[in-house]
Amino acid sequence: MAAAPQSPRLTEQVSEDPLLVVEDLRTHFKVEAGMVKAVDGVSFTLDRGKTLGIVGESGSGKTVLARSIMRLNVSPNAITTGSVRYNGEELVGKSAKQMQKLWGVEMAMVFQDPMTSLNPLVKVGRQLTEHLRYHLGVSKKEARLNAIELLKSVRIPEPENRFGVYPHEMSGGMRQRVCIASALACGPKMLFADEPTTALDVTVQHQILNLLQKQQEDRFMTMILVTHDLGVVAGRTDDIAVMYAGRMVEKAPTKHLFADMRHPYTEALFRSIPKTSNPKHTRLSAIAGRPPDLINPPPGCKFSPRCPYVQDRCRSEEPQPQPAAAPGHSFSCHFPVGTPESRAAFDANFEAGLPQTLAAAGEIVATEELVETSGAVN
Amino acid sequence: MFQAVAIRIARLVATLFVVSLLTFMMTALLPGDPVNAILPPTAPRDQATIDRVRDELGLDDPLPIRYINWAADALRGDLGKSYVTNQTISDTIKDRVPVTAQLAFMAVFIAVIMAVPLGILGAYREGRWQDTSSSAAMQVMLSVPNFVTGIFLIWLFAVKLNWLPSANWSRISDGLVANLKTSILPATALATTQIAIFSRLVRSDMIATLKENYILSARAKGLKDRFILFRHALRPSSLSLVTIIGINFGALLGGTVIIETLFAIPGLGFRLINAISSRDFLAIQGITVFIAFVYVLINALVDILYLVIDPRIRKG
Repeated sequence: MAAAPQSPRLTEQVSEDPLLVVEDLRTHFKVEAGMVKAVDGVSFTLDRGKTLGIVGESGSGKTVLARSIMRLNVSPNAITTGSVRYNGEELVGKSAKQMQKLWGVEMAMVFQDPMTSLNPLVKVGRQLTEHLRYHLGVSKKEARLNAIELLKSVRIPEPENRFGVYPHEMSGGMRQRVCIASALACGPKMLFADEPTTALDVTVQHQILNLLQKQQEDRFMTMILVTHDLGVVAGRTDDIAVMYAGRMVEKAPTKHLFADMRHPYTEALFRSIPKTSNPKHTRLSAIAGRPPDLINPPPGCKFSPRCPYVQDRCRSEEPQPQPAAAPGHSFSCHFPVGTPESRAAFDANFEAGLPQTLAAAGEIVATEELVETSGAVN
Repeated sequence: MFQAVAIRIARLVATLFVVSLLTFMMTALLPGDPVNAILPPTAPRDQATIDRVRDELGLDDPLPIRYINWAADALRGDLGKSYVTNQTISDTIKDRVPVTAQLAFMAVFIAVIMAVPLGILGAYREGRWQDTSSSAAMQVMLSVPNFVTGIFLIWLFAVKLNWLPSANWSRISDGLVANLKTSILPATALATTQIAIFSRLVRSDMIATLKENYILSARAKGLKDRFILFRHALRPSSLSLVTIIGINFGALLGGTVIIETLFAIPGLGFRLINAISSRDFLAIQGITVFIAFVYVLINALVDILYLVIDPRIRKG
């Protein structure tokens, strides 16, 4: 085994401080119509060796959040404020040039689409080793041995022969394994996986997720797993953060979240997971309405226009994060799921015929049109 | 890969056949007796001369036979002899091509080494001052005809500064320095429009490439911007550049007439113009076939170069 920085970290003095402290992080994009508040005040801490799942619909800001932490927003019209402390070091305000020293070595990212995240004109071997050679000054020969070792560890068959092929000669699952191997090459402490299985075949999804989990455990990495699928993070993360409209509306240790979800949006996401135990032809439960306009978000709670428990207070007063019963569990809701107040709110809305409430009760089919035509009610 | 190259070579042969047939027909389709056209206006037109030309060119044979004979000769490098200069066409070409080819090559070379960094800079700094100012400069270079640039260069470097000669071509055999002294100005004049075209092309292709996901993942690996630009983004952004280089190189071979005239350079274009003004049909025919041949050859090379640049095309 060549100079692979694989295990020394285990023997290192492991600091007790959290690896990542994010405080009031905001990323806004300046566009002609105004400011798109893609990430709007996110705070959390992440301990070393832990895995955080970030869940939300498309457009909830989860990808932008991951890229903002890594300071990888390429767009020149993106403005990031707040604080990201990585290993005690403040990242917000660092230039791309300063961040280059951390990218690849300290923190790495696995992207959503393996078909497009490898350069089609560059051989797999070079894409696996170029940063290794650049950052760690590894010789060409050593880098090759390292890359083959990496390909083995992501379970690519015949790694010696894969070194010289082009990405198009591999399947999607293989390419994602290559992307993972490339992200792991310099032995990062922190791994971001941005919907790593969304573009893949269902049968391959599990293999890739298991691989990520195994690598995370073997290398004692801290991982942020971004996904739109609560099912993906269910058994694989220590904590789950649910994002809606650029905010974390609920965050909890994974077990507690599933046992005791408090936010109506989390509940709605949970309901929308198709279950194999359902009878055939069960209609998929969708969340009524659309994600809000991030330039002019609704006043009060951002989820209020789609929430089956919505009350007048929700439409005017924005709920602040509050702790739940379990340690590490917090949520932002005036009428949290499972309380008598929320039950009463639901019943009142049901009586009033609020479409999203009827849909949640299974009385009507939740379609966007229904919510839109009854928009006057809201 | 081999099969792909073979297909392209077959295409090349087919194209050459069509091109040569059309050029051959040029003299055959002229109204009246072809001898009349082939003989220069100043030559005597007595029966003996006409019979001699008929016999030399085999004009009494049927047209297909004449084409086959002509093509077979052409393949052996015999394109006939000019009745104006009494020099064989192949000697003329051998004499003139190195000059024009050198000019075209130098122009393309200057253009590429200037245009690629400029195009990359424009894409990398899209919309900022580096991009807008270079775009404006390219616009100017594109709109000034190259003979105007040539005159300006002569005025500046030959007349004002007296650094370089304004005319009188020195061959490479006369020494490289002397040759470069006489070739650098015309080559630069030819290069200016090419710089503008090439850099616009690289810039727009590069802007598209930089939006690709694999550029983001290269960034996420912490690679230096310059490494990403040159080692990841340049190759995918160079396909249209390679196409245009091929086309323009071919065009330069036959189209340096104005610059060759301006700098009194004994190149192929200069000779072609002379041939046209003296109605030297056999020379026109021979030079045209030669230029067409090179043109087709370069485009075939470009095709093969695609295969080198983009491995995904190799399976076609």
